[in-house]
Amino acid sequence: MKLIKKLWLLVLLSMAPVMVSASTGVHLDKAPASLSDKASLQRGAQFFVANCLACHSAAYLRYNRLMDIGMSEEEIRKLLPEGSKLGSTMQAMMDSESAKMAFGAAPPDLSVIARSRGTDYLYTYLRSFYVDPTRPSGVNNVIFPLAAMPNILGPLQGDQELVVEKHEGGHEVQTLKLTTPGTMSTKEFDATVGDLVNFLDFMGEPAKLVRYTYGYIVIGFLFLLLLLTYALKKEFWKDVH
Amino acid sequence: MKLLKNMLGWVDERFPVIETWEYHLSKYYAPKNFNFWYFFGSLALLVLVIQIVSGIFLTMSYKPDALLAFASVEYIMRDVQSGWLIRYIHSTGASMFFVVVYLHMFRGMIYGSYRKPRELLWIIGVVIYLALMAEAFLGYLLPWGQMSFWGAQVIVNLFSSVPFVGNELSVLIRGDFVISDATLNRFFALHVIAVPLALAGLVFVHLVALHHVGSNNPDGIEIKKNKDANGIPLDGIPFFPYMVVKDIVAVVLFFIVFCAIVFFAPDMGGYFIEANNFVPANPMQTPAHIAPVWYFTPYYAILRAVPPMFGSQFPGVIAMGISAIAVVFLPWLDRGKVKSIRYRGPIYKAFLASFVISFIGLGYLGVMPVTPTYTLISQVLSVVYFAFFILMPWYTKIDKCKPEPDRVTFK
Repeated sequence: MKLIKKLWLLVLLSMAPVMVSASTGVHLDKAPASLSDKASLQRGAQFFVANCLACHSAAYLRYNRLMDIGMSEEEIRKLLPEGSKLGSTMQAMMDSESAKMAFGAAPPDLSVIARSRGTDYLYTYLRSFYVDPTRPSGVNNVIFPLAAMPNILGPLQGDQELVVEKHEGGHEVQTLKLTTPGTMSTKEFDATVGDLVNFLDFMGEPAKLVRYTYGYIVIGFLFLLLLLTYALKKEFWKDVH
Repeated sequence: MKLLKNMLGWVDERFPVIETWEYHLSKYYAPKNFNFWYFFGSLALLVLVIQIVSGIFLTMSYKPDALLAFASVEYIMRDVQSGWLIRYIHSTGASMFFVVVYLHMFRGMIYGSYRKPRELLWIIGVVIYLALMAEAFLGYLLPWGQMSFWGAQVIVNLFSSVPFVGNELSVLIRGDFVISDATLNRFFALHVIAVPLALAGLVFVHLVALHHVGSNNPDGIEIKKNKDANGIPLDGIPFFPYMVVKDIVAVVLFFIVFCAIVFFAPDMGGYFIEANNFVPANPMQTPAHIAPVWYFTPYYAILRAVPPMFGSQFPGVIAMGISAIAVVFLPWLDRGKVKSIRYRGPIYKAFLASFVISFIGLGYLGVMPVTPTYTLISQVLSVVYFAFFILMPWYTKIDKCKPEPDRVTFK
């Protein structure tokens, strides 16, 4: 009887988080960075402001929020575009209408891109461009075919070529091969993209930097409270027969 | 102290403070054999309070405007002091409300809490559940992300499949021909005022009905049958302080789970907050895969399992509607001689097990993309789901029950 009850409970509780992952069929590389690595976040921030903000905005992130990742006011001021204040949000250098003219699609705001796409997706996407002369931008992407975005990181990474191996049973395996090296080695480039994606993760949810710490404190306190309240219950119930 | 006593006396002459306190708490006798399952009623009340309080704070910064809503949610997440915490409490609370309410309802099912004299209590509970579903659905539009928009689109379109008046009905719900700013505004109004008000009233009535008939218990027998010389149930125990101190332990345990989600996994892998909802609503771009939030997926799977008939989705909508309210008929479907699962026979247990499996299975299928295999499984599970109710008068009658004890089991 007891066992059956426990089983019921297990079944019911398992209902709450129905953990299934919808398989996309595309292999994603694991993003290497971690939010506790402040140096990585700062490198990512520098890289983001210098490169991504040319076309994309991050309209929900204020520059002074970079203090959260340990940058000083002076360091942030150096990043500020003309006319922006410390409390300004990150706007694109290019206005979205001309960007649409240039690329065929308006570059999306990147504030919460890490939340909608996930860091592994972004890490893989940014490293998966390959030369494709049929595209207006001259490049295509393995995990986002026909992406409108040009490969602005190309000079760093170098040119990649798509190699399709046909296996038995019509099964295809796509791999990318570096044909012309860029200014960075593959290792350096992966690390740079890792820092950038790390920063995008922070940008998607700045509260993530403090959320876990609060969590440990709150739950630690609750466990103490549990002991107390359980003792209280025992005390009251000892005369119930 | 004396002053306090005098004040209490003054108020009590004009308002039944002491009488109310005694009737509902210090002299409300609850069966002493309450187990784990009996925590979820008070926890549901707790979550209601959490939702109302966190909701009030969110309303202070949220903007119900199609152009501003998405950004205002991000404003709350970033610029409002502890705004992220308030929002995660509210989003986690929504899912936990359903976890707690599903467990509370299941408790009622296994111990026969819907049986005479608690039929009305049960019906009120089902109405609360329906109001809760409406509340969750309305609130889900407010962040104005892709899933908010397209989820609302799918559900409101269901109403347009109603014969004859469908189109008018869906326009009435949206306040427009498409999901738009007008829809967002009216959903906001209903979400923050109309439904919460109804919920508060219904919960009050639910408690009044409960305290009038008294609580059921895991043995499914009436404690009011055995009273002492003073008319107090022998197996009863005052709700205050005994059940209160017991419930406080449950509250702390619940908070541990709740906070673990809030602080460590507020998205719950995309099941409490969907990733695609971080893309602003875009009427021109239909997402490849629209899945409702987990608590609606069993019914959604039933909807998809029913094939269109006469070129209309309406039969599926009807099936979905009936599946959601089916539990309301339990008091009249159950012909068993005993209430509690403890004294039920194997046939009932087998049917209940198949019901649980079908509900969880349908919940799983509801989030998955449609494939022929999945549709077939959904159809089988839908039949199992409905069989639990339709065949109940028969299988509960022929089932071999064990004798009920005279007094509750309490060690």
